[in-house]
Amino acid sequence: MYVNLGIGIPTLVANYVGDKDITLQSENGMLGMGPFPFEGEEDPDLINAGKQTITELKRTAYFDSAQSFGMIRGGKIAAAILGAMEVSEQGDLANWMIPGKLVKGMGGAMDLVAGVGRVIVVMDHTNKHGESKVLKECTLPLTGKGVVDLIITNLGVLEVGHKGLHILETAPDVTRDDIRAATEATIV
Amino acid sequence: MKKVYANASEALEGLLRDDMLVASGGFGLCGIPELLLEAIKQSGVKNLTFASNNAGVDDFGIGILLQTKQVKKMISSYVGENAEFMRQYLSGELELEFNPQGTLAERMRAAGCGIPGFYTKTGVGTVIAEGKEHKEFNGETYILEEGIFADLSIVKAWKADETGNLVFRKTARNFNPPAAMCGKVCVAEVEEIVPTGSLDPDGIHLPGIYVHRLIQGEHENRIEQRTVRQRE
Repeated sequence: MYVNLGIGIPTLVANYVGDKDITLQSENGMLGMGPFPFEGEEDPDLINAGKQTITELKRTAYFDSAQSFGMIRGGKIAAAILGAMEVSEQGDLANWMIPGKLVKGMGGAMDLVAGVGRVIVVMDHTNKHGESKVLKECTLPLTGKGVVDLIITNLGVLEVGHKGLHILETAPDVTRDDIRAATEATIV
Repeated sequence: MKKVYANASEALEGLLRDDMLVASGGFGLCGIPELLLEAIKQSGVKNLTFASNNAGVDDFGIGILLQTKQVKKMISSYVGENAEFMRQYLSGELELEFNPQGTLAERMRAAGCGIPGFYTKTGVGTVIAEGKEHKEFNGETYILEEGIFADLSIVKAWKADETGNLVFRKTARNFNPPAAMCGKVCVAEVEEIVPTGSLDPDGIHLPGIYVHRLIQGEHENRIEQRTVRQRE
């Protein structure tokens, strides 16, 4: 299975792949992304989408950015695991800018959510003010509309359904009521 | 046709003018044409529009041309690493056209292949789609994106032969091939020019037909985020 990991919290997923047959795609032109290098073995020509130094594996293949997004847009990547600023109960995703404040850009996120089989968001459930990031409607400019399938937060795992979100799992010592209390979106 | 020049300034001789559109390869600081960017800075040419995935950092990459205010507009997907960029943009000194990364790469590739426009699902339902033609194919909505036809392409490769055949190294390939393809003229800088005939023809990543001028030079190859793991 081919999977793309976004920058930030999603990069940690690489530590839990174990012996599953998963090949990680790095959108800057690599399939088969390996772990961080040992000190002294960093290579400036070998980085991931977060510009971090990484290593290659036996199965690694390199290609250019047009081909990289060809395989993303073309539906060849099974899943993308992305960070988010806001997610809505319809599966809308906002993760690329805060008007007037923060201008970073969407990078490859808009291409990924439009092209991959399954979009999984990994994020904190609430922002630093304690407000829900899982909303009825996103307030920030969207990365994609109706694109998110699964939301994994520090409180639990929620699936985007037709009439709202379904709680699939709760984190240790977290109850369903805790998740409902911390979520603005509709939970069915 | 002689393609090899002595240095970056000579390779750019007669190609630079104010208000031109330049396509640049590179992802972050990886695989950027650092010598050609420095030469563009020295030339003093201004009001440039750059199609480049990123804008460098304050003191390296395209960032050095932001410091000298030689850039009028950026066409990019991600500019989060550059404080001077953010300042100039928020104060209205610098124009910015955000493109999704894959759309940017395909706009370059398409132009290089003589394709002036293409439909993509990327960006449908977002601000990126505003003002663009929407069209349905098999029940799904797509938007029209246009090719980027640049006046000049500047790219960095690992090795070249004297005819301009290029070989890239690892993830430093990134935007360099599509950027090279979309310009009227392409200048490439490489770490090593080898005698024609010494590269494996099956291993050429970008054929020399796309490369008009060529220089060899010393590269800093700066690392943006040094991340390591501990030995067990």
